[in-house]
Amino acid sequence: MRARRTSGIVRPKGLRSTLMRALLFAVLGLFCLYYLVPLVVMVSTSLKTLAEIREGTLLSLPRAISFEAWAKAWDSACVGVRCDGLRPFMWNSIAMAVPAVLLSTALGAINGYALTKWRFPGADWIFALILFGAFIPFQVILLPMARTLGLLNLAGTVPGLILVHTVYGLAFTTLFFRNFFVGVSNGIVQAAQVDGAGFFGIFFRIVLPMSIPAIVVTVIWQFTQIWNDFLFGVAFTVGDSNPVTVALNNIVNTSTGVKEYNVDMAAAIIAALPTMLVYVVAGAYFVRGLSAGAVKG
Amino acid sequence: MASGISLRNVRKSFGATEVIKDIDLDIDPGEFVVLVGPSGCGKSTLLNLISGLETLTGGEVLIGGNRVNDVPPRDRDIAMVFQSYALYPTKTVHQNITFGLQTRRIPKDQQEEAVAEFSRLLQIDHLLHRKPGQLSGGQRQRVAMGRALVRKPAVFLFDEPLSNLDAKLRIEMRTEIKKLHQRLGKTVVYVTHDQIEAMTLASRIAVMDNGHIRQFGPPEEIYENPVDLFVAGFIGSPPMNMLPGRIRHGEGRVAVDVGEDLHFVLPSKLSEGLSVAEGHEVVLGLRPETIFAAGTELPGPDRFLFERPVEVVEPTGPDTMIVFEIGEVEVIARVRPEDARPPGTPFSFEADMSKAKLFDAKTGRAF
Repeated sequence: MRARRTSGIVRPKGLRSTLMRALLFAVLGLFCLYYLVPLVVMVSTSLKTLAEIREGTLLSLPRAISFEAWAKAWDSACVGVRCDGLRPFMWNSIAMAVPAVLLSTALGAINGYALTKWRFPGADWIFALILFGAFIPFQVILLPMARTLGLLNLAGTVPGLILVHTVYGLAFTTLFFRNFFVGVSNGIVQAAQVDGAGFFGIFFRIVLPMSIPAIVVTVIWQFTQIWNDFLFGVAFTVGDSNPVTVALNNIVNTSTGVKEYNVDMAAAIIAALPTMLVYVVAGAYFVRGLSAGAVKG
Repeated sequence: MASGISLRNVRKSFGATEVIKDIDLDIDPGEFVVLVGPSGCGKSTLLNLISGLETLTGGEVLIGGNRVNDVPPRDRDIAMVFQSYALYPTKTVHQNITFGLQTRRIPKDQQEEAVAEFSRLLQIDHLLHRKPGQLSGGQRQRVAMGRALVRKPAVFLFDEPLSNLDAKLRIEMRTEIKKLHQRLGKTVVYVTHDQIEAMTLASRIAVMDNGHIRQFGPPEEIYENPVDLFVAGFIGSPPMNMLPGRIRHGEGRVAVDVGEDLHFVLPSKLSEGLSVAEGHEVVLGLRPETIFAAGTELPGPDRFLFERPVEVVEPTGPDTMIVFEIGEVEVIARVRPEDARPPGTPFSFEADMSKAKLFDAKTGRAF
């Protein structure tokens, strides 16, 4: 992917400096271990059988690797009275997250473009108000939103949840794109105007192709937020339309039968996999996108 | 076809600040007009009013005789070259050049023809498949010009197109722009803060200051007959020497007393018809090339001889600048390199008073 860089690496000189270096790495290693232990416990527990969990300790590694818990978590664990595992709820989450991410990103891009390149009286006020939305605690809007969804006949449905996430994602997506477009030269938009392109012509043909880094950052951010959301999911959906986060909670918090830790762990990892996947695929862009204002023509 | 441009009582305000204050300007078809002035004088705003990128606060803009106040930039038959080039970074050079043709739905074969013609003319035909990020400053400049030329508009607008280039390239491109204008004959309005660019390129220069046009005329006229102290000081490098003094009448001639017992005698063409009282405060303008070492030029009428010690010597190659003082004012003389003397030595200067300018100290206007 990229060449290994060795220039600029500080090498220790002398005994004292070498010792300090060793100490530094020891401390860093300890933190690293501390940070990783929960994940290790989750993965190893999910691969054990229930009997082994009962006999062994939390930290002991599985004697024989078994994927039974994963299979059960995926399609036969009981969520409430329904025993189809997480699978149907994963599809709910995908059906909700993908349109919500695409919609909020697209609208945020148009907002940011209009607020920076087609300035109108009061643009700063509108931006301030949109930005204010980023600081509203979501608990505050639960009741009015529930009423709104009821009036729109979207209560308890996946489209209703898409609407909620799109609306409340706009504050962040608009902020990301506005800050990106502020760094794009106005001359480019003016040149395109003289060249004969209009508002959407310039947006789709000139500005949007330039904003790939901003799009990637926004998509990662929005996907992580929307996929991991629990509050809106639990408040605005019922039973079969629950997103995976709510279903996971229902699996883990069940009060009947034996507590199946291996299934719980496997279910938690399954529910977290898509966001990890998105980060692995687009992570390099994410880091680059944070300094995206530096992209020059 | 080249079109003329007329501005009538053009005004522009941003909020409470008036940037363009009632400007009238008539540009003939095929002319190369340079708007020059210090930064913040409103020259770029005036250009944007012609292009339509800014809307007028008052007045009228006519291009080719048509009122275009409410016509968007794309329908004004203009093309523009920006200071930052404003190339589309995700498009190749070819796509950059054809973008304006695509939006106007020009047939593909005509697009290709136009690209071929102008990329050869600008020597960018080997760069057509590169992106702007892979080009040097000079190449980007050529692409930006190509994008403007390819649409064959009636009017070209240039907004400080050379100010991002290094000195050598700037001179090269300046010559190329002049060549292109001579070849295509289109109307050009060109904004710059560089008075040398203005002098070399323009058929007429409009010197702007603080939202007004101070003077509009051919480069020679602007240089030889500046209407006021601002124009006189802005055009010319090194700048014109400005000596404050008082009028002294006597012995059938008029002189300017600049202090230190120096009475610069005015030539008859300046003193005749000059009806100002004894002691009236004036500013005497002498360009550096009109002060030289005594006796080094062929003798002529209206010469004034004086002696001053040399303060600083600045060789430029073909000429050497000698800085000396009269009163509190630093004065620059342009002498031949072999006439230069080290600092501190007394030096005999000769001023060609027939080229002197006289301004009223209060109003700044030329007499």
